[in-house]
Amino acid sequence: MSHKEDLALMAHLMRRAGFGATREELERRVAKGYEATVEELINPTEAQPAGRMALLLRYHPSFLLPGGVPFSAQANWMYQMISTQRPLEEKMALFWHHVFATGNSKVDNADQMLEQVEMFRKYGMGNYQTMLVELSRNPAMIFWLDNNENHRDAVNENWGRELLELFSMGVSNYTEVDVREVSRAFTGWTIAPKLPRLPYGRFPWKFEYKEEDHDDTEKSFLGETGRFNGEDVIDIIVKEPATARFICRHLYNFFVADEPQVPAWTIEPARDEEALEMMIDSFVSSGYEVKAVLKTMFNSEFFKKARFAKIKSPTEVVAGTLKMVGEFQFPDVGLLQIGKEPTYMGQSLLDPPSVEGWHTGSEWINSGSLLARINFVADRVANTQLPGIQTIISQMKSDGVRTPEDLVDASLEHMGYLELAEETKGQLLEYARKGGNLDWKNQETAGRRVGEMLALIGATTEYQFG
Amino acid sequence: MTSTKKDPVLVVLQLTGGNDYFNTIIPYNDSLYYDNRPYVKYERDQIIPIDNELGFMPTMGPVKDLYDQGKVAIIHGIGYPNSPRSHFRSMDIWHTCEPDKVGTEGWAGRMARELDPNKENVLTAINFGHGLPRALAVPGVPVAAIADLGTYGLLTGISDQSQRSLALDLFSRMYSPTVGGSMVGDYLRSTGTDAMKGADIVKIAPEKYSSTVEYPNSPIATHLRDIAQVYLADLGTRIFYTQHGSFDTHAGEAAAHPKLWEEVSQGIAAFFQDLNEHGRGDNVIMYLFSEFGRRVHDNGSGTDHGAAGVSFFIGDPIKGGMYGEYPSRKPEHLEQGDLVPNYDFRGAYSTIVEDWFKMDAKPIVNGNFQKLPVLK
Repeated sequence: MSHKEDLALMAHLMRRAGFGATREELERRVAKGYEATVEELINPTEAQPAGRMALLLRYHPSFLLPGGVPFSAQANWMYQMISTQRPLEEKMALFWHHVFATGNSKVDNADQMLEQVEMFRKYGMGNYQTMLVELSRNPAMIFWLDNNENHRDAVNENWGRELLELFSMGVSNYTEVDVREVSRAFTGWTIAPKLPRLPYGRFPWKFEYKEEDHDDTEKSFLGETGRFNGEDVIDIIVKEPATARFICRHLYNFFVADEPQVPAWTIEPARDEEALEMMIDSFVSSGYEVKAVLKTMFNSEFFKKARFAKIKSPTEVVAGTLKMVGEFQFPDVGLLQIGKEPTYMGQSLLDPPSVEGWHTGSEWINSGSLLARINFVADRVANTQLPGIQTIISQMKSDGVRTPEDLVDASLEHMGYLELAEETKGQLLEYARKGGNLDWKNQETAGRRVGEMLALIGATTEYQFG
Repeated sequence: MTSTKKDPVLVVLQLTGGNDYFNTIIPYNDSLYYDNRPYVKYERDQIIPIDNELGFMPTMGPVKDLYDQGKVAIIHGIGYPNSPRSHFRSMDIWHTCEPDKVGTEGWAGRMARELDPNKENVLTAINFGHGLPRALAVPGVPVAAIADLGTYGLLTGISDQSQRSLALDLFSRMYSPTVGGSMVGDYLRSTGTDAMKGADIVKIAPEKYSSTVEYPNSPIATHLRDIAQVYLADLGTRIFYTQHGSFDTHAGEAAAHPKLWEEVSQGIAAFFQDLNEHGRGDNVIMYLFSEFGRRVHDNGSGTDHGAAGVSFFIGDPIKGGMYGEYPSRKPEHLEQGDLVPNYDFRGAYSTIVEDWFKMDAKPIVNGNFQKLPVLK
């Protein structure tokens, strides 16, 4: 592979396994090697700290415990996405947020939402069985799906049903009786009584297991019988072949290529059955280790070939652009705004439309959201004052970028080695030719032209894919 | 285009944060008002009386003028059973008409879908503000979001105007249909073309507009002026949505609440004056709501989340007056210290859907609810 091809592949990996990377970071990672990078992403060490939370605490203390202000929680998460040195850990937190979709619209406690995200960071690449147990004990989730209303003498099936339907097996793999039995197994899994919100504000919620409210009698679930508690049910769930398939398909859809929406999975075949089988094998043979699937997936040919096979989510558009232009490396004023940007494009972080999560792929796109995406990117990449753009400009200068052809090619490289349809590229070239060769003696004009070209590339249909 | 001058038009003005009903339409002869509001009350001589019992709070003078012209309907005690007293959940319920589960489709978005089933007009529904409120969000229904009409458009970051028009020209070519493109690619291209078309069409609104009306300098007045411009340009928009806030006056209500209502009232007065100057007030109604009212007893500097609230219909087609009953303030009638709603908001929505837009309300508001005879 040529060096350029290595860089393009690394750019692909970093877009999917993180939120993109600057040219400098790509060079560094290519020097280290592809598989070594995958390894580092999957097993971050202390040398790769998570987001710069100490700085955030110093400059925006309210963002750490935002209580009743969800916008601050969104800004907190966005800042972590762009400042973390553990991009895959953060991306996995976003993945689980898509799957275990919990919304502040009901939870109304941004502290608990952030706590749930922290739980995703901690367990997101670990064992799936452990993750499900943690999820069952997560206060925001318990409240979101009413398990605090699930009592020994009055069963509430909300959590039990979604655990099976949306968080593990998928519809049509269990009966209504199974839903009932799972719900009974989770009676008594609740949160400690909430302290009144006033006058001191929101108090942390805590998981509480209430023995006296737990239905300890016999249950039958998927052919097994016993006095099952929640953990026992999870043991059975993770061993079900439907579960491995469901989780791996989610991973494929999130990391590799767009699948149809989840409700269609029982009807529509997988986009790449062979790839899915490979992932399922790793998942099962490792004893349901998420890391094992990720490693298989990122090192596979099907992943490497899936460049630009997914429409970027709004969060990926915003975080990726901010990383590229080097904005908000420091938690300065205006940080509150960046948490809201994905909302304008149809993805309100920490507030998915329902427990089914967001519809992805082309459903991210409507006339309003497309306009918001294009303008968000264009406003930033055309801003030659931003540090990331200045770096790109000076790099083009030292690389001797001169002709319109050079300008288009170099700009595409800096926009993640984007691949364009012949026709689009021709149109960009035609546009670039109108300005003639770049004249670096007039650095300001040359820089402006670079910014414009980056903005136009950001406006292409191709750039909506990542 | 489905647009004709006589197509009914709705403007929704959302008072975000929970407007204090008790301090908006004030039972100024009720000693319970003064007892419950030792710190957060309006003085009796500043309240603008409507009748012997109720009055507008002091900065609603411009709304009172419209009321005196018979153009304002006051809807008392609006809400829904078992208010969660949470902004987000409560606003969600108002947006989706789903009090018992988490809904995904907004009621105004569903109206837009019915009003323009073939998606002939990319501007059937517009939100003035950033992004879309859930009320307007329905998958597959194109809705525009305009933060600022003056700068709305594609690639506005390119400041050089001649460069920008070249860029837009390039954009329109890049997004024109191609032969043999992928399905997703085709979808992206047609959506991009829609977006550009919408931005293009709406651009003429400020150019066409002229008026002697001066709007005050506040975000809500600016949004209302933008709405007037788009409406007067006859672009076929049927639903305009905007919001103002925050009405979440837990503290400092005595300063914040009058200012908020001053901005809203003056903006509304300018808006209707503008429509009348153009002789175009006859087919617009405005609906104002907030996600809940506030606690009856104040907390020393503000008020906490409550239940029942007040809504308003405003416009020439409206039969002015008061509708429904002000909920009882007697301590034994309050629930958790709050006024109890006695009218379901989905009835007000049904009135809009059926009596204004002449469509079936049930699929839009998820059920049958009592309407109000507010339309002439």
